[in-house]
Amino acid sequence: MKANTADVIVVGAGIVGAACARAFLREGLSVTIVERDLVGGGATAAGMGHVVVMDDSEAQFALTKRSRDLWDSLVPELPPEIEFERRGTLWVAADGEELEAVSGKKAHYEARGVRAELLDELSLRTAEPSLRPGMAGGFLVPDDSVIYAPCAAAWLSRGANIVRGTVEQIEDGALRLRNGERLEAGVVICATGAWAVDLFPALPVKPRKGHLAITERYPGAVRHQLIELGYLKSAHSAGTESVAFNVQPRATGQLLIGSSRQFGVEDGAVEEHMIRRMLDRAVEYLPSLAGMKVLRLWTGFRAATPDHLPIVSLCPGMRRTYLATGHEGLGITTSLGTAEILVESVMGRAGVLTKQNYAAERFVECRV
Amino acid sequence: MIVNGVSVDVADGVSVAAALMQLKIIPRRALSGEARGPLCGMGVCFECRVTIDGQPHERGCMVRAREGMEVRSDEG
Amino acid sequence: MKVDTLIVGAGPAGLAAARGARSVGRKALVIDENWNGGGQIWRGQGRLVVGVAFEFERQVVDLRGLEYDRLILACGARELFLPFPGWTLPHVVGAGGLQALVKNGLDVRGKRIVIAGSGPLLLAVAANLTKAGAEVLLVAEQTSWTKLARFAAGLWRWPSKMAQGILLGNPRYRAGLWPVRADAGGVTMSDGRRWDCDYLACGFGLVPNLEVPRLAGCAVVDGFVEVDEWQRTSVDGVYAVGEITGIGGVEKAEAEGWAAGCGTKIQGDHARFVSRLAESFELRTGLRGLATPDTIVCRCEDVKLCKIVGFHDRRDAKLQTRCGMGACQGRICGPILEFLYGWEAERARPPILPTKVSDFVRKTRVTLD
Ligand SMILES: Cc1cc2nc3c(=O)[nH]c(=O)nc-3n(C[C@H](O)[C@H](O)[C@H](O)COP(=O)(O)OP(=O)(O)OC[C@H]3O[C@@H](n4cnc5c(N)ncnc54)[C@H](O)[C@@H]3O)c2cc1C
Ligand SMILES: Cc1cc2nc3c(=O)[nH]c(=O)nc-3n(C[C@H](O)[C@H](O)[C@H](O)COP(=O)(O)OP(=O)(O)OC[C@H]3O[C@@H](n4cnc5c(N)ncnc54)[C@H](O)[C@@H]3O)c2cc1C
Ligand code: FES
Repeated sequence: MKANTADVIVVGAGIVGAACARAFLREGLSVTIVERDLVGGGATAAGMGHVVVMDDSEAQFALTKRSRDLWDSLVPELPPEIEFERRGTLWVAADGEELEAVSGKKAHYEARGVRAELLDELSLRTAEPSLRPGMAGGFLVPDDSVIYAPCAAAWLSRGANIVRGTVEQIEDGALRLRNGERLEAGVVICATGAWAVDLFPALPVKPRKGHLAITERYPGAVRHQLIELGYLKSAHSAGTESVAFNVQPRATGQLLIGSSRQFGVEDGAVEEHMIRRMLDRAVEYLPSLAGMKVLRLWTGFRAATPDHLPIVSLCPGMRRTYLATGHEGLGITTSLGTAEILVESVMGRAGVLTKQNYAAERFVECRV
Repeated sequence: MIVNGVSVDVADGVSVAAALMQLKIIPRRALSGEARGPLCGMGVCFECRVTIDGQPHERGCMVRAREGMEVRSDEG
Repeated sequence: MKVDTLIVGAGPAGLAAARGARSVGRKALVIDENWNGGGQIWRGQGRLVVGVAFEFERQVVDLRGLEYDRLILACGARELFLPFPGWTLPHVVGAGGLQALVKNGLDVRGKRIVIAGSGPLLLAVAANLTKAGAEVLLVAEQTSWTKLARFAAGLWRWPSKMAQGILLGNPRYRAGLWPVRADAGGVTMSDGRRWDCDYLACGFGLVPNLEVPRLAGCAVVDGFVEVDEWQRTSVDGVYAVGEITGIGGVEKAEAEGWAAGCGTKIQGDHARFVSRLAESFELRTGLRGLATPDTIVCRCEDVKLCKIVGFHDRRDAKLQTRCGMGACQGRICGPILEFLYGWEAERARPPILPTKVSDFVRKTRVTLD
């Protein structure tokens, strides 16, 4: 099949590009993905794969909730290598103050159709016995889940024509590859994650580095995805460096340990001091981790926007080229919602989500 | 050395992997359930992994058997 | 604590480096993962060096945090294992692997053993196992008699290696023969004959342990650390000696170690022996066809050959199939994938061996309460 005959060309085969590919294929359109490296090998290979509802803003809640519903609807079809598990998220309150702060959340979540439960000290211990004794309580979101994103990206992109190449320039409904080749399509989608700024320098997207550690197999050691309630503070800290306790049980029995956030670091090397801080934090919450073995450490870059919402819309000034980037720490979750927004935009349909919330024009620097 | 709850005598300087092999004890069951034994004898293949004194995933070939050491294998 | 010369590996190369450093009055520290010195060939029999510090049972998982003026890498080699049906059965062991287990206490008296694979190591293993009381039924070398004869004829150039040539006279030695299938009680060879045995000891040559040199950032050319005649690598102050610069056995390892240790040029022509070995025991391409679709390639994650289709490189296959994602970090399946598909190793990232969480966290911990 020739690359330049597709109805839709998606640039980037991360989870976001792959989700878009699937969504357009299901509309009966032909899709080509241009990827310079591997399918699911960018931030998608670095992420934790936590499919989670987050309540930072109404728009974020709506997008994560809708995306989680879409993941749920795919469950019967997901092949085993995607390792889908409904683990639930257990937000851990270290002290009474953190528990107090979260007390209103249950009503907030339930009003928006997401089951949630407040746990006191005792029920927290029953739910997750390996947490350090003395934690004040927790907030449980039982229907959040965990997936293995690189295989999910490969699965979502099935049926698309995948072309290996580096895109150097994107125009309205067309693009140019490094080898000089020019491709045209009815619709072009730029889903190049943190590298979107290479193609659209005006975008307010900055790389935010994260470290992760994975352990050997310790089946049953942890039941839920565990995150400290201080996480949001870390996620929003304006400072250049922060860590938060974030531990995820994998289907393999391994534990994936996060998370760190850094602005202004471009080098992808694993940094000793960040690992030390991150693991130290994790051991404070989960003392048994200290004796476990780390198999690997790695880093990845989140594509961060100033308001923590992705940019999912027509590229300002163009009529056939769309942007799908800026998913920060939630792109594995929100990939499906993103794809839905784009399909509905292209097809001219109304949808569940309010499209303007995610439009590029909300940023001054994007207006033309 | 105590292997799967049974006390056994092991000479000085014998590795846990060699001792288990001598006793015809399978250290590890693979993910597929297949029985595995030591392959490289030098700490690179991780096929000789056992639990030593409560610590899982230890390479038996890199550890000297010692008096009172508790070794657990995937299969007796 | 900062040392003058830090040596990673206490095999023949590392020990010679320590002697060399000592001879010119440098302070040296040798680190090795084993509980004793001597590396793969001597295993505890190597003489330690007076006046040099040794730290055993310590793994180098990251170079950051170590302080030294000069770093000498002497990390040695491991065996290459090739997949064939039955190679994961518990009685199939490495050739050097079985020898190492015997040196560490396994009793093989009266055991019937078939040795197979490639390289002079097979003969050394046969001799050692026989000495330990085993009954070596067969030593099967995959390379051809023609190549072997040429190799043996050239050995006069290296008188000290004549012993190996004499060993070629082992009556159980067969060339042009390799295993095609192992079953619970034995092995079937490429000539169709099946042997009953207690162990099949199998190794297809040696591959260098490049994880630490890669961490150090040393240039690797054609699969080995690149060095000049002073054993200097591409990284300032970092030297490489022994099997990691080319598979050439113990004399080469010691000569290189000594040179790096004292800071002199290497003595003798070892390069020729290295290339002669490589040519003589080059693996026949037919061995690529031994594994069937159902044969496991990655033993840690149980990934079968049939799963590894349509990928660009090792990382691609790893991300999609978990091949090489397990505990050994691809040390076993990596060289196999290289042999089968020409896929080269990824960059090394710390920790290069599984490391306890407590080893990373700060020593004096401040808790929440
Ligand atoms: C440490 C960490 C933890 C995370 N945890 C989670 C989590 O638990 N849950 C969650 O939902 N999200 C998580 N995320 C976020 C998530 O990983 C990302 O938001 C998501 O993977 C982004 O997907 P993407 O497709 O936009 O980008 P990517 O996966 O980076 O894909 C972009 C692709 O575009 C290609 N590309 C780039 N430029 C070009 C070009 N010019 N030409 C051709 N191809 C190009 C790249 O090669 C790449 O494959 C985490 C991220 C990090 C870093
Ligand atoms: C299993 C095996 C058996 C062998 N048996 C024989 C034999 O009988 N006869 C023969 O002539 N040749 C044998 N060889 C070949 C042998 O490798 C060479 O002859 C010679 O010993 C190489 O010396 P070296 O110092 O380069 O490496 P080695 O002897 O391999 O020494 C390397 C040392 O470095 C240590 N090391 C490596 N990485 C790390 C790390 N990250 N942290 C801490 N320590 C580390 C290892 O534990 C090891 O002790 C054998 C090889 C192998 C793999
Ligand atoms: S036998 Fe290979 S690691 Fe122990």
